[in-house]
Amino acid sequence: MHLDEKPVLRVENLTMRYGKGCPRCGDSLEKNRCRVCKTVWALNDVSVELFPGEVLGIVGESGSGKSTLMKSLYFDLEPSSGRAYLRDYKDGEVSIWTVGAAERRSIKNNLMGMVYQNPVLGLRMDFSCASNIAEKIIAAGGRSAGQMTERAAELLEAMEILPSRMSEAPRNFSGGMQQRVQLSKALANNPSLLLLDEVTTGLDLSVQAKVLDLIRKIKAKYGVSILLVSHDLAVIRMLADRTIVMLDGKIIERGLTDQILEDPQHEYTQQLVHSLI
Amino acid sequence: MEILRVENLSKSFHLHNPVKDIKSCQNICFSLERGGFIGIVGLSGAGKSTVLKCIYRSYLPSGGSIRYDSRSFGWIDLAKADEREIIALRRYEIGYVSQFLNVMPRTTAKEHVKNALLEMGEDEKAAERESAEMLSYFRLPENLWDIYPNTFSGGERLRLNLAHAMVKRPRLMLLDEPTASLDNKTKLLVKDMLLRLKGKGTSMIGIFHDLEFMEGLCDKVHNMSEGSFLC
Repeated sequence: MHLDEKPVLRVENLTMRYGKGCPRCGDSLEKNRCRVCKTVWALNDVSVELFPGEVLGIVGESGSGKSTLMKSLYFDLEPSSGRAYLRDYKDGEVSIWTVGAAERRSIKNNLMGMVYQNPVLGLRMDFSCASNIAEKIIAAGGRSAGQMTERAAELLEAMEILPSRMSEAPRNFSGGMQQRVQLSKALANNPSLLLLDEVTTGLDLSVQAKVLDLIRKIKAKYGVSILLVSHDLAVIRMLADRTIVMLDGKIIERGLTDQILEDPQHEYTQQLVHSLI
Repeated sequence: MEILRVENLSKSFHLHNPVKDIKSCQNICFSLERGGFIGIVGLSGAGKSTVLKCIYRSYLPSGGSIRYDSRSFGWIDLAKADEREIIALRRYEIGYVSQFLNVMPRTTAKEHVKNALLEMGEDEKAAERESAEMLSYFRLPENLWDIYPNTFSGGERLRLNLAHAMVKRPRLMLLDEPTASLDNKTKLLVKDMLLRLKGKGTSMIGIFHDLEFMEGLCDKVHNMSEGSFLC
């Protein structure tokens, strides 16, 4: 067996800071804020690898940098420094943060899918489900209306939404359904990387179970690699092969998911696991 | 021929709050022959599960080595192996069975077993057939196959756990007190199944409380006390 396959995603030394930074930042941080210049280091030298077909869980408290990492990858935020390579973009040789706006749009629409915690960020609430999905296909160069409708119906059905409802706007849907429309949209162009940011947060238990089950099926059916942010350790336990733990913009621990949960090493991870209800 | 050699394995847990080091096992040495069955007995808290969890790498060993003759990578030290190597070994070679059920929500008993094969890359049709065979082999009544297993009895859960682990035909099986909550009749059934697996050449390490249960099953039994094997 060979484990020398290229990672689908490789992030190196990602840093996101709000403020100019100063020479004292290195040893003057209080949590992630410099006492001297007040710069906030939302992400501080973060490196991550995600391998084909893998689910990598990211846990940490609010403000630890989880969502900032996701938004940087999806070009919603411009990182201060660092590099990110996608296996399917120029053979993983060029950092996606060095390219221009048009190229970024192409990467975003062809190679990635994103599901936000808040569906308002990922969907046009007043457009139909079909239009939402078509928007992603058109952005990637698709032009055939028939094929778009067919694809929308196929994806909505896979996400257990009746295709007959594809002309309805997500505004009329429940939270769980909106998340499933987001998943359909994210999968529209068969991305190799799926970014899931707190997708089950705020959903009731039975709906949460449905979304988890669908994510597992997506992984099996589409072979997509998934970066999964959640503060719910049960969700991470169910889905993630490996997990990283973030605190104050840094990765403080990484390992096999069951090892992180059963034998946590870092003080914060121990606190987190011991707080499990 | 050996399939596993554990040398000077130790594990302690460092707690940060309150600051405390808890020694769970120390200087554990043993080897397992291909197709062999080692039993570990001892009082609760003796460190038995720690040994198994270090082998499965749910726990990070503090010291020592766990050399395993894998089909995928040759001899490999499980104590230091890369996470992705461990994931691959769990997927294709090493099974872990406990009395507890760990099933995805909205997953029926049969789907649970089938998913283990799909994860290995097997096609849908073959996975469907083999999962049915395995559930029959472990005598889980057919009327339970399409039911969510949260309501299963202890014996049914164990049979499902065994089917889920065994469908992948692991070379090394770790059994963590699988019979803990079973009645005598079900225990006998489990023993019969383990004997059949042993007959097929699966190497196993099992933790049991019941010495009678281990008779005729284990080639060697280690008695553990306060984190060490008693000689």
